[in-house]
Amino acid sequence: MKLINKSHVAKRMPVRLAVNTICKGLFFLATLVGLIVLAILFYRIFTQGIGHLNGDFLQNFASRKPEEAGIKAALIGSVWLMAVVAPVSLMLGVGTAIYLEEYARKNWITTFIKVNISNLAGVPSIVFGLLGLTVFVRALALDRSVLAAGLTMSLLVLSVIIVAAQEAIRAVPRDLREASFGMGATKWQTIRKVVLPAAIPGILTGGILALSRAIGETAPLVVVGIPLFIAFLPQTVLDTFTVLPMQIYNWTSRPQEEFQQVAAAGIIVLLILLIVMNSIAVLIRNKFQKRY
Amino acid sequence: MRRFKGLAMTVVMGGVIAVAAGCGSDDAKTSGSEGKGSSQLQGEVITDGSSTVFPIMEAVAEEYMSAQPDVKVSVGSSGTGGGFKKFIAGETDLSNASRPVKEEESAMLDDKGIKYTELKLAFDGISIVVNKDNDFIDSLTVEELQKLWIDNGKVKKWSDIRPEWPKEEIKFYSPGTDSGTYDYFNEVILEEKPMVENATLSEDDNVLVQGVEGDKNAIGFFGFAYYAENKDKLKIISIDNGKGAVEPTHETIKSGEYAPLSRPLYTYVANKSVAEKEQVADYTQFVIENAGELSEEVGYISLPEEEYQKDLDKLKELKK
Repeated sequence: MKLINKSHVAKRMPVRLAVNTICKGLFFLATLVGLIVLAILFYRIFTQGIGHLNGDFLQNFASRKPEEAGIKAALIGSVWLMAVVAPVSLMLGVGTAIYLEEYARKNWITTFIKVNISNLAGVPSIVFGLLGLTVFVRALALDRSVLAAGLTMSLLVLSVIIVAAQEAIRAVPRDLREASFGMGATKWQTIRKVVLPAAIPGILTGGILALSRAIGETAPLVVVGIPLFIAFLPQTVLDTFTVLPMQIYNWTSRPQEEFQQVAAAGIIVLLILLIVMNSIAVLIRNKFQKRY
Repeated sequence: MRRFKGLAMTVVMGGVIAVAAGCGSDDAKTSGSEGKGSSQLQGEVITDGSSTVFPIMEAVAEEYMSAQPDVKVSVGSSGTGGGFKKFIAGETDLSNASRPVKEEESAMLDDKGIKYTELKLAFDGISIVVNKDNDFIDSLTVEELQKLWIDNGKVKKWSDIRPEWPKEEIKFYSPGTDSGTYDYFNEVILEEKPMVENATLSEDDNVLVQGVEGDKNAIGFFGFAYYAENKDKLKIISIDNGKGAVEPTHETIKSGEYAPLSRPLYTYVANKSVAEKEQVADYTQFVIENAGELSEEVGYISLPEEEYQKDLDKLKELKK
């Protein structure tokens, strides 16, 4: 008795293989579109900006003369901003996700909160800027400081982190939790020793996306009133500062051609900073990655 | 995976070193400036406002840094209107503007009890430009400008303005409605009537330059500096205000001959800040003394000398 009709399979084979090849080509093409655009962008930015990218560029403040213009204030400012945004948004975000997924009772209030958090991700960033201006800058009198701007940005990216962390926590297999409880662990011990380590790769992916957004945003900072030109560096989180994307935008809108090249050099610095941040996250992720 | 880790590690280390280099040099500078005499002023000077005025203020702040390294000057660029909002809230010492303060704004300042002084910094000439290949326009009268830019609900062709011009659709390029340039044009040309509906608006004047450069039937306007930097790519239109056509040049803008599109750029200083904060008074004086030379450097046109003298006299009154 034959279980497989070989002639039928043989007849269908060319069509199946053709469909397979077409699909492969289609998806390769889809990948290529993004890659080509990225390559063009890189080519343009690097050919324009590489001439300006040197030690002086990193160590000078902004200037009216393109050849003397530097990015020091903006670069250090962006690093300061991240130093506030990363811990605040990750701690609040992961904390919220743990509460909602592990502790909160599954009732309509929890569902209502979850739906609202997801919706927050779609709120225009300028609205968060207005919120930051009213609450942090004016009501809490933090002025135009790193802290005020950092808290505003943290709120902006919080929902992305919460949603990603929730998904990651939910994806941890039930068996692991039950095994942990079976060994006599408490809920907190289970979360800390079993659930979080297993969820960290997913949480960090969300964190990378969120922080990359925070480092590239300008609109909320303009509303908060972060200045564009400063010739000093913040010493504490209560000092004022400026950030890379604002500085870059200003250079691109200058009439002088040379400033376009300075802007390109600024974009390279921003890209490098992003790569550094993401690499740190990838390193941490690899350290914790365990497969079940 | 291991190879990837190595690569990532190199990138991280590179970044850390770059950032550390930046920080390191800063420490050296601050400790150096502390040694300078005690006659140095300290404190903050907070300025915000027009993005058109920003390059002048950036230049002034840059120069002031070597005169008074311990004074922390910050210059924002949130637009004339946005700047006045912060000025009204009492958050800034100086508010830069590319148009005079509006009535409602000055009423709000009165409500808050904020007294202020208007200082003129420089001139800008709003330049009307067309495509380089446009060979039929050399000059326009103010009435023709109005006919061009005020919306009448129809698609406009060049032949609607002067019958001998081609029957082709006109493309309009204008600065965004948040800019003081738009406000000024709105006031003197549009006279508060709506602008043509199909105009392309952009907050970035370089986008307007590219738009006009790439479209044979385009017309646009923006600050003089953007024309001056792109002279070879654009064709400038002379404006006839009843006294013959005048092309915007350094001289005609300075003398006021290029009318009505020459506009002064301002900064508004809070009287209280000048009276109470020594560094603000000193900075404001520095602004007036250097605005002429520095505005020329960044592409604007300086005022006649007596205007700056008037500003200095005003400031002296405030310090008393």
